[in-house]
Amino acid sequence: MKNALLKVLKNIEPDKEKSPLLHTVYDGFFTFAFTPNFTTKDGVHIRDGMDLKRQMVHVVLALQVLYLFGTYNIGHQHFVALGEYTGFLQGVHLKLIYGLIKIIPIFVVTHVVGLGIEFYYAYKKGHGIEEGFLVSGALIPLIMPPDIPLWILAVSVAFAVWIGKEAFGGTGMNILNIALLARVFVFFAYPTYISGDEVWIAGIEKAAEGGYFGQAYGAVYGFFDNIFASLGLATFGAGGSAVVDGYTGATPLAIASKEGWDAVTQTYTTGQMLWGTIPGSIGESSKPLIIVGALFLIITKIADWKIMVSMVFGAAVMALLLNAWGATEFMEVPWYYQFYMGSFLFAMAFMATDPVTASSTATGKWIYGFLIGFVGMIVRVLNPAYPEGWMLAILFMNVFAPLIDHYVLQANINRRAKRIKATMKSETPDAPAPATAPAQA
Amino acid sequence: MKQTVSKGILLILAMGAYTTSWAQAGSGGNGFGSVLTYSLIAIAVLIFFFLIIQVSNNLLAIEAKQLGIDEDSGEVGTGNDGFLGRLFKPKKPAFLDEDTPVTYLRRGHDIALEGEAELKLDESVQAMTFAVQPTNFLGISPIPKMVVEEGAEVKAGDHLFFDKNRPEMKWVAPVSGEVIAIERGAKRAITAVTILADKEQQYRELSAFDLDNSNRDQLVEYLLDAGAWTLFRQRPFNVVADYNEVPRDIYISTFDTAPLAPNLDFIVEGQEAAFQKGLDVLAKLTSGSVYLGLNAGGDTAPAKAFTEARGVKQRWFHGKHPAGNVGVQIHHTKPISLSAKVWTLGVQEVLTLGKIFTEQRYNAERVVALTGAELKKPLYVKTKVGAKIEDLLKDNLANDHVRFISGDVLSGKRKELNGFLDFYDDQITVVEEGDDYALFGWLLPSFNTPSISTTFPSALVPDMKFKAETNTHGERRAFVVTGNYESVLPMDLYPQELMKSILIGDFEKMEGLGLPELVEEDVALCEFVCVSKQPVQQILRQGLDTMREQA
Repeated sequence: MKNALLKVLKNIEPDKEKSPLLHTVYDGFFTFAFTPNFTTKDGVHIRDGMDLKRQMVHVVLALQVLYLFGTYNIGHQHFVALGEYTGFLQGVHLKLIYGLIKIIPIFVVTHVVGLGIEFYYAYKKGHGIEEGFLVSGALIPLIMPPDIPLWILAVSVAFAVWIGKEAFGGTGMNILNIALLARVFVFFAYPTYISGDEVWIAGIEKAAEGGYFGQAYGAVYGFFDNIFASLGLATFGAGGSAVVDGYTGATPLAIASKEGWDAVTQTYTTGQMLWGTIPGSIGESSKPLIIVGALFLIITKIADWKIMVSMVFGAAVMALLLNAWGATEFMEVPWYYQFYMGSFLFAMAFMATDPVTASSTATGKWIYGFLIGFVGMIVRVLNPAYPEGWMLAILFMNVFAPLIDHYVLQANINRRAKRIKATMKSETPDAPAPATAPAQA
Repeated sequence: MKQTVSKGILLILAMGAYTTSWAQAGSGGNGFGSVLTYSLIAIAVLIFFFLIIQVSNNLLAIEAKQLGIDEDSGEVGTGNDGFLGRLFKPKKPAFLDEDTPVTYLRRGHDIALEGEAELKLDESVQAMTFAVQPTNFLGISPIPKMVVEEGAEVKAGDHLFFDKNRPEMKWVAPVSGEVIAIERGAKRAITAVTILADKEQQYRELSAFDLDNSNRDQLVEYLLDAGAWTLFRQRPFNVVADYNEVPRDIYISTFDTAPLAPNLDFIVEGQEAAFQKGLDVLAKLTSGSVYLGLNAGGDTAPAKAFTEARGVKQRWFHGKHPAGNVGVQIHHTKPISLSAKVWTLGVQEVLTLGKIFTEQRYNAERVVALTGAELKKPLYVKTKVGAKIEDLLKDNLANDHVRFISGDVLSGKRKELNGFLDFYDDQITVVEEGDDYALFGWLLPSFNTPSISTTFPSALVPDMKFKAETNTHGERRAFVVTGNYESVLPMDLYPQELMKSILIGDFEKMEGLGLPELVEEDVALCEFVCVSKQPVQQILRQGLDTMREQA
């Protein structure tokens, strides 16, 4: 089987000289199917089985449960807003298909744009296609609102990959987290699409005269309606109905920032917030599933647990300080409930731990994680415009990570110099003094 | 230690989160806050104790310094071996006294490979051709001046060539016989001087030397003439020692932790006198001490030659590879800098040195371990320095699609079958060439791949032995993953940052980050674990060369 496939693939290999672009793409897919037959040259003769592809793919694996849940939750939130199928397991087929219709275009556009740029640069610079975008491409759909217009998504991915990564030299060279860069681009360039109350639930629009209503279902839904009808299942119908009374679509954070924790609990139960059946970005809401992913990354040693732990501490410390201050309703939210809301855990598990943009030294990682937690909580609670802080805090600390490392390294250099000095002093010259001949290089 | 505590914290947090999440799902009640609070209080208490212990530990160290207690003894620990470190230490082996200080190295990794040599000396395997290879020696002129010509008859210990820049530095023949070839490589550099050995070995008799009643200069002169100077290697840079310099200290590691490395306890058996003599000679050559690094990690005590050595300072080490590397041991005794030079020798080089005085001749005998899964019978053979690999491995190969390595799989040199054992090596490893494609290699849980990663199922089988091959298991990439190098290098330095500083040519940083303390074998494990498949040893040598030019 393996040899037959290898033969087929080798037969269709394009000529490297005649069509370099094709060859680059071919090489990308070939190395995806087969680990190349390269052997070690000088230096070590055997190598660890781990390579960057494997590393990256394991992060993507850790995200799979979030994709499953996120897809379903898009549909679930949509129908809950309309007051239909309000139970989590009611209308499963409709919610799933609705979620898929939303998420597949987002996923495809992200990868077509991101990988396209990646392929082009690999061809241009004459190196293999690097796998950095595997993770970025899997993360970006999860941190976008489900109704993000695809052209905005395309522009933001292009910006992130182009300016954020390729301009700096490709995978491993970027200063800022690519996925967050894409999101922050949307955040500052098209703020109305990523803030406010209605954006976190798919297919809900604000009517001109006030109030919200569901969008009409398009042709794709009609196609599935035919299938469902023939199977005797419930169908989407025409859509366009008004939302349930009193519906706002506000996330727990948005409510908490205005009216405090008590108002939040009137709209959402803590169970809902924990399990993630609330509006929000596609993949950020389910806390237990994120923790599963985080534990997977820790056990496989792919993400650094130091950053995660110190980030929890940083956020907890700042939240406690804000509790003590207590000047606004939001500050008075009990500090442990801050972890129920927003995307803290997702940012901790998948964003802050990106090894390229995080601090590289062990001590640096403790400081880096702590400060993300600390600063992020400040931005979340004290920022009047937007009640979430992790994206900005992580990007902010990305910029500072080299500085943290610099001081950690400087401390190491000083410690080393001191130790050498100390051992030199303790020397007892009981043998003849060194000959005075100059050292020969 | 810090890691253990923090892992505990994480566990508590995770447990807290889980129990409450189930409770939530059931009742929708409000138990989460209290559990989380309790676990955080517990963590705070733990941290508080940790801080107190750390602070008191440092105060202790300061006081000890004022009192003038020897920090070397390991009794007073700052750095990585404080009170808590000792609390969680592995149990001290039975063969050691309670008060013998042991340096425990927690970082590192043992690569368990198939094909370990059986502790048996096969006398029937005899090499016929030997070579002295100037390329084995760093820091000498590439075209040495020949003393003999092709076709000349030499005795073991006769001069073959000398260094053009330092004519006192002479290389001698390991065996008696006929010089059959002087092989040249690029730019006419001599790559090997090959000798076909006689059946009956003849030696150049050396004059007796009175070690007790002569000074260092006379000893140096005697050793230069005997050809023994090439046995000493000088750090930083791992070059052949400079005879104009007096080393600060001399270091010998008496155990090798590299994959399939020879058992030096076995090799030194019966040669205790020669080893002790070698140590006595070394003691005269340094202004400081001769340090012996011993293995505290074995099941049994090291050989008597090591434990009962006189006139040396013994240092015990416990840990995985590279704990047996002399560079790591120096780091944990007295670090090297550009101005503090030390010499290092292998155990068998000490034996050759000792035999110059006990036997009055240059005895280049080496016990060599033939190892690797591709051999029918991995075992030990007795031969001489620079033996031809083909002669030693004849009839022993189980597979012909293999790679021959002089040394171990991490820092050894690649050889052809008709190549020769390198001067400082006492091991030949044969591994399979891995020039094959692996389907979905980045995903499948391949069982036969050594790795420090827990994404391979072999991580669950701690005693697993691997049949390694030479595939790179991936393509070269820029540095991405951090913390991997540090996890296998038990030294207080940042290897990845050091590599980056070498690549950008930041001379000051290279020195500051500890480049003078390292040679290739110390970072070999970093290269092995590198996810980006970077040539770490090559980068390190590049840095060492630049630094040597500048110095």
